[in-house]
Amino acid sequence: MTIAIQPLSESEFVLCAILVLMVPLAIAGLVMLNVGLGRARSAAHSVLGALCILAVAAITYIVFGFGIEGAPGLPEHAAIIAGKPWNWIAVSPWFLRSISSASASTTLTVLLQLFGISLAAQIPWGSGSDRWKLRAACISTVLFAGFLYPLFANWVWSGGWLAQLGANYGLGRGFMDPAGASTMQALGGLTALAIIWIVGPRSGKFVRGEMPAVYPAHHILYVLIGCLIMLGGWIGLNGAGALLFAGIPAERIPLVAINTVLCASGSLLTAFFVTRFRFGKPDASLSANGWVAGLSASSAICSSVTPAGAVLIGLMLGGAISFIAEALELHFGLDDPSGGISMHAVGGIWGLLVVGFMGHLGVPRSGQMLAQLTGILTLVGFALPCAYVLNLLLSKLVPYRATSEGDYHGMDVYELGAGAYPEFYMQNDDIPR
Amino acid sequence: MKFIGILFLLSGWMLTMAAIVLLPRVGTRTAFLAAGGAVEAVGLALIVRAHRLAIEGD
Repeated sequence: MTIAIQPLSESEFVLCAILVLMVPLAIAGLVMLNVGLGRARSAAHSVLGALCILAVAAITYIVFGFGIEGAPGLPEHAAIIAGKPWNWIAVSPWFLRSISSASASTTLTVLLQLFGISLAAQIPWGSGSDRWKLRAACISTVLFAGFLYPLFANWVWSGGWLAQLGANYGLGRGFMDPAGASTMQALGGLTALAIIWIVGPRSGKFVRGEMPAVYPAHHILYVLIGCLIMLGGWIGLNGAGALLFAGIPAERIPLVAINTVLCASGSLLTAFFVTRFRFGKPDASLSANGWVAGLSASSAICSSVTPAGAVLIGLMLGGAISFIAEALELHFGLDDPSGGISMHAVGGIWGLLVVGFMGHLGVPRSGQMLAQLTGILTLVGFALPCAYVLNLLLSKLVPYRATSEGDYHGMDVYELGAGAYPEFYMQNDDIPR
Repeated sequence: MKFIGILFLLSGWMLTMAAIVLLPRVGTRTAFLAAGGAVEAVGLALIVRAHRLAIEGD
């Protein structure tokens, strides 16, 4: 079944527009979380970088990203494989030249994705913080917003081959992702993984024969308030996505919001109690990890599970998240200051997976499960290698990693010439690592 | 080793695609999807191993 953008009534359009306009709260919350989890000596760099990345992502998407992504009903390249059409890339005009004749719901879709792509592009930036150069990050964002995201979003939302798995091969309703658990969260998290592999860890993080060094969050209040702000944005994201991409009627939007809150709450609470029992006291940053992972998972499940199911999904995710974050650092050697991989990639993929066996979509679960698995394996087997190889090639042209001077002084002084907190002495923070 | 891991990831994905197109029965399709997932897991393991060796060498 091809997922089509639903035509909206006037009242649905107003509701959807309000929900879409709430999405920037998610970006603001994520930026606060990223800067709070990072180090004080790179705080201004982190926020300025977030603004630059938002600007680059928005312009790139409008210039040629939407041309690659398209929308249902707009021209597509389709390969015929074994007699079935595989839509794989759109051929819409650049600079949104087709927007004047587009329907109201298509215009809202473009706006939602403009915010969504800016949100997703923040995830690698947070993971590469304190050593990834701003110029390189902006160029990498062109790649992300101009190619990776639009291509995958075409497959999922614009009638591409993943959306057509149901119609062409009888796999449930095709790959289901109403609000960007794959296109925004998982893709952003997997791109973050590729960036971490390329830029490597912060200086002094991993020393042979020793436990990894701990660089604690420099402002935990930013982290926790950011989590609260994100909730408003996520309700907008999930509500608008459910209206536009899953065809949910407007009267079910409150249920979408309830599921969003419940999934995040379940995940936060188990993360809180698991860290309480493991470490003696609850860990604020890992609890925030649980909250955001629950929000990421909710983007997949918000329109298709019961409230009890949403709580259960969140509880299971939050129980695992502190172990996953620890394993990524200790066993996988990943220095991920903002937890982008565990929060967004793991949370998003978990949500996509459980839609297959807990979603109420009115189709056989076995087929839906296979459709969801195909989407997840495409993320890991296609999107991740693409992100890694393309960024690696780019890093040969534009160095990604800051020099030892950046490691020594911090990115604020190294790239901006001044720190975020010039009148405060940051204890130990000017000691080279 | 990282590039071999990347090739494994792509191979696992191709196996998944082949299963969808060529195998109409649910059982065989599921088995081949699982095999694709296993190949991707091997690819990830190789990349992680290469990454660990690289950071330990620094």
